[in-house]
Amino acid sequence: MRTTTVDLTADTARGAAARRTTAWTAGGLAVAAGLTGGLLAPTDATQGQAQRLMYLHVPAAWVAYLAFAAVLAASTAYLIRGDLRWDRLARACAEIGVALTAVAIGTGAYWGHLVWGTWWAWDSRLVSTALLLLAYTGYLALRRALAERTGAADGGDRRVARPAAVAGVAGFLLVPVVHFSVIWWRSLHQQATILAPERPPIDPRMALALLLAVAAASAGALLVLAHRMLRLERRLGGPTVPPAPRTRTGRRTPARVR
Amino acid sequence: MIRRPGRLALVAVLLAAGGLLVTSALRDTLTYYRTPSEVLTDPDAGRDRVRLGGEVVPGSLRRDGELVVFRLADAGHQVTVRQRGVPPETFREGEDAVVEGRLGVDGVFDADQVVVRHGNEYRPSSPAHPESPDAR
Repeated sequence: MRTTTVDLTADTARGAAARRTTAWTAGGLAVAAGLTGGLLAPTDATQGQAQRLMYLHVPAAWVAYLAFAAVLAASTAYLIRGDLRWDRLARACAEIGVALTAVAIGTGAYWGHLVWGTWWAWDSRLVSTALLLLAYTGYLALRRALAERTGAADGGDRRVARPAAVAGVAGFLLVPVVHFSVIWWRSLHQQATILAPERPPIDPRMALALLLAVAAASAGALLVLAHRMLRLERRLGGPTVPPAPRTRTGRRTPARVR
Repeated sequence: MIRRPGRLALVAVLLAAGGLLVTSALRDTLTYYRTPSEVLTDPDAGRDRVRLGGEVVPGSLRRDGELVVFRLADAGHQVTVRQRGVPPETFREGEDAVVEGRLGVDGVFDADQVVVRHGNEYRPSSPAHPESPDAR
């Protein structure tokens, strides 16, 4: 595993310091993105103030893509290596991706209400994004259902991890469909600007605000991931998972004798 | 608990039903709107409710009581639209819009819903003509 991930999820003083550094970085980037997006970036000529929702909507969507790509990578790594840590990483990334997809749909609906004049349209981008949310919510539900049926822990057992890894790989098929939906089919949603092969004009101050917001969202997501992994490791990560009762604080403290 | 072959059949039936539902729902969705030339050349236009998209022709927009009348153009073809109800604030000439309704026998498109379709270009509003009063 990458050293940064090990450091960030390590249950040590060094790990905690790394997480604090990430938190300060994410906070600083968020303040910079807020100031740039709210004050420095100009008002859009056609959309007015509503265009500023881009600085929330686009980072949420991109980092959700990133999280689902991480689910794909971690699921593949689990299938190859069989290490349950990869399975827990896939679970944590899927949780983050689902939350961010919901944020993207929510902010997009409000942006659509302000600029298009409708909260929702049966447009290829909107429908495929809703399917993406459904697919990864289904992935998390599958994990839970398997855990409940087998009586195993979600993230600590191969009977859950293996089918989940297959679903985690298959689910990523939807991501390119979502991204290219606006090119493959005629849609109401506008096409990409920054990720377009021939970049359409965007004011440099707007582009700066957008990139800062994406950086802030990525750092924030990484921080949430580190804390989530730490909790999952404390709960499920023992050398072997014994069926005997353990203390709530996990493997750091020895069980108290009453 | 259903036994394995039964369970497989159930999953297959559910998947097939789900797939059918999704594809039939997506048929109209994959192409969100039709262009003026597609609507004008389609002999069945006027029978079904469709969405029509194009650029609001500059100079064609006028208000007639409750109705808003304008022309939508794309690739040299134009359709006159009679819209019942107020369009969104961002609706203006020279921008794209998508209307929903039916092509009438008189060749005028009767719409009851209009959404604005904006591009992927972002420019600052010129200070001489601020788009909104609280523009910074």
